[in-house]
Amino acid sequence: MFDIDLWREIFQSINKNRLRTLMSGFTVLFAIMLFTILFGIANGLQNTFTEAFGDDATNAIFIRSGTTSKASNGLQAGRRIQFDNNTFSSIKSENNDNIEYITSRIFKNVTATFRNETDNYSVRAVHPDQQFIEKTSIDEGRYINQRDLENKTKVIVIGSKVEEDLFLKTTALGKYLNLSGIQYKIVGIFSDEGNDDEERIIYMPLTTAQQVYGNNDYIDQISLTYNPKLNFDEAIAFSNKLTSELKKLFSVAVSDQRAIRVRNRASESQSVSALTTGLGIIILVIGFGTLIAGVVGISNIMIFIVKERTKEIGIRKALGAPPKSIVFIILLESILITIIAGFLGLIIGMAVLKYGGPSLEQYFIKDAAVSLNLIVAATITLIVSGSIAGYLPAKKASQIKPIIALRND
Amino acid sequence: MLKINKLHKSYPIGDSSLHVLKGINLEVETGEMVAIMGSSGSGKSTLLNIIGMLDEADSGDYILDEVPIKNLTEKKAAIYRNKFLGFIFQSFNLINYKNALENVALPLYYQGLKRKERQEKGKFHLTKVGLLEWADHLPSELSGGQKQRVAIARALAADPKLLLADEPTGALDTTTSYEIMEFLQQLNDEGKTILIVTHEEDIAAMCKRVVRLRDGVIEEDKKVNQVRAGQHV
Repeated sequence: MFDIDLWREIFQSINKNRLRTLMSGFTVLFAIMLFTILFGIANGLQNTFTEAFGDDATNAIFIRSGTTSKASNGLQAGRRIQFDNNTFSSIKSENNDNIEYITSRIFKNVTATFRNETDNYSVRAVHPDQQFIEKTSIDEGRYINQRDLENKTKVIVIGSKVEEDLFLKTTALGKYLNLSGIQYKIVGIFSDEGNDDEERIIYMPLTTAQQVYGNNDYIDQISLTYNPKLNFDEAIAFSNKLTSELKKLFSVAVSDQRAIRVRNRASESQSVSALTTGLGIIILVIGFGTLIAGVVGISNIMIFIVKERTKEIGIRKALGAPPKSIVFIILLESILITIIAGFLGLIIGMAVLKYGGPSLEQYFIKDAAVSLNLIVAATITLIVSGSIAGYLPAKKASQIKPIIALRND
Repeated sequence: MLKINKLHKSYPIGDSSLHVLKGINLEVETGEMVAIMGSSGSGKSTLLNIIGMLDEADSGDYILDEVPIKNLTEKKAAIYRNKFLGFIFQSFNLINYKNALENVALPLYYQGLKRKERQEKGKFHLTKVGLLEWADHLPSELSGGQKQRVAIARALAADPKLLLADEPTGALDTTTSYEIMEFLQQLNDEGKTILIVTHEEDIAAMCKRVVRLRDGVIEEDKKVNQVRAGQHV
């Protein structure tokens, strides 16, 4: 099919009919550009949602305590509920089948000092399971382990931002960090997919914190992830069961909403995933709409081109042009224009996203971008459907009697 | 050269049909220069188009250079047109975005010749019609006479056996018409067979034979004493 003379004919036709070329090219360019930009923006919206909710495990349940709002069992309202190690172990032992990971948490604020650098950070004292609930990934060293817990060792795992803040150019792993007057050994450095603040957290063994801060067995919060095999209804039932167990344990009235607070990510994640699905559908509709508009545009132009060239086709046929060459010359020209214009539209669209995208972040559109695969697929779709749309008029043109084509003015 | 027997052609007009050619018998020998005359609607252009394979007859035989022309596929017709026939039209029918040389070389492209060869042959034929220095000009930059000469060069480029001219001087003034006719006569002198459709008596008189059509039949077919166009210029 590659025939230098055929291409010369095509380039000449393109070059000598610039307006026609520009018009048809512009349609394709615009379709692909719009497709890229709209898709990019929609993707950006989706990114915002995924990032806002996708940080932690989606099957997580957070249990916190508050003060009672109702009198119960002879105890008056306004009583503070305090979780401790017993609460943790009773939840764990009663629900072992339904629990995937479970950890207690204690929150503290500390002033961390390394040599001349000082800053304030949050400390979370946890069980080793915390790593999986928070989806923390260890960059260097290790996480808190069971032995730390048993020995109440003074070790910490710090976020990469803490290392950046305090250790400047040296490495933090293995060094000692002063937290409000006590030296802790850094055994690991982690990063987190969430925002920067997550990486400004310091983890230490739960037992160490209990000993250092108050020498008791209090805990602030219990986090757990339920067995992923549970479906949505089972997950909700599970968190309701936890709630009633805890209310019983602490003699809280069944109707008291404030003393025991159980937050289940299942119900949140369901609405988020519904939203994401909705967005996905909108994206698809937008994408197909733009593509269809583009295809219709190309078809129109092809029909126009064939009409405009009917007389030329007649002349060529009178001079001995075989029907195949007529089809080729029309089709290849349009494919060539489509490819070049599509590519330009793609580049312009991506440039708009790249340079205009960052200013969209305040409108909840983050990292507005499109995958190259998708765009290439869209361009190919456009070319293929444009060719099919163009083939029919081209084929028809190649079969009209030359005498009729010649009469056309 | 060509032989036509009992040729019929009608065009549908609404529900009825118009019988344009009603049994044409015509034989043309190699080297002849034939004028096909008739008033408008006499069927002369239709006859020429059928001879040129631009149109098809409804019935009858047409043999061109011993090849029966019947039920041709478009592909075959394209090959025959390219090999046997050169067309000259009243409205020149040059491709407006191609320059003179490219227009002349186009039939050679469909013969599958190499670009260099096409250029050479095209230049040769442009020289023949005296327009070599206009090779790079677009049709819009040429006068009517020049356009027709480019068209003649293009018709000659493929070295056809038969030259078909449909009112070649219809869009030209008298002087230019005679120049074109002089050139066609010259080509005929060199041995080309030429068929000219015209309704002008003076043009017909410059051919060697005049076939008169009337209402789709041949009314008269006679050899004439050729008037040399050169005498008028």
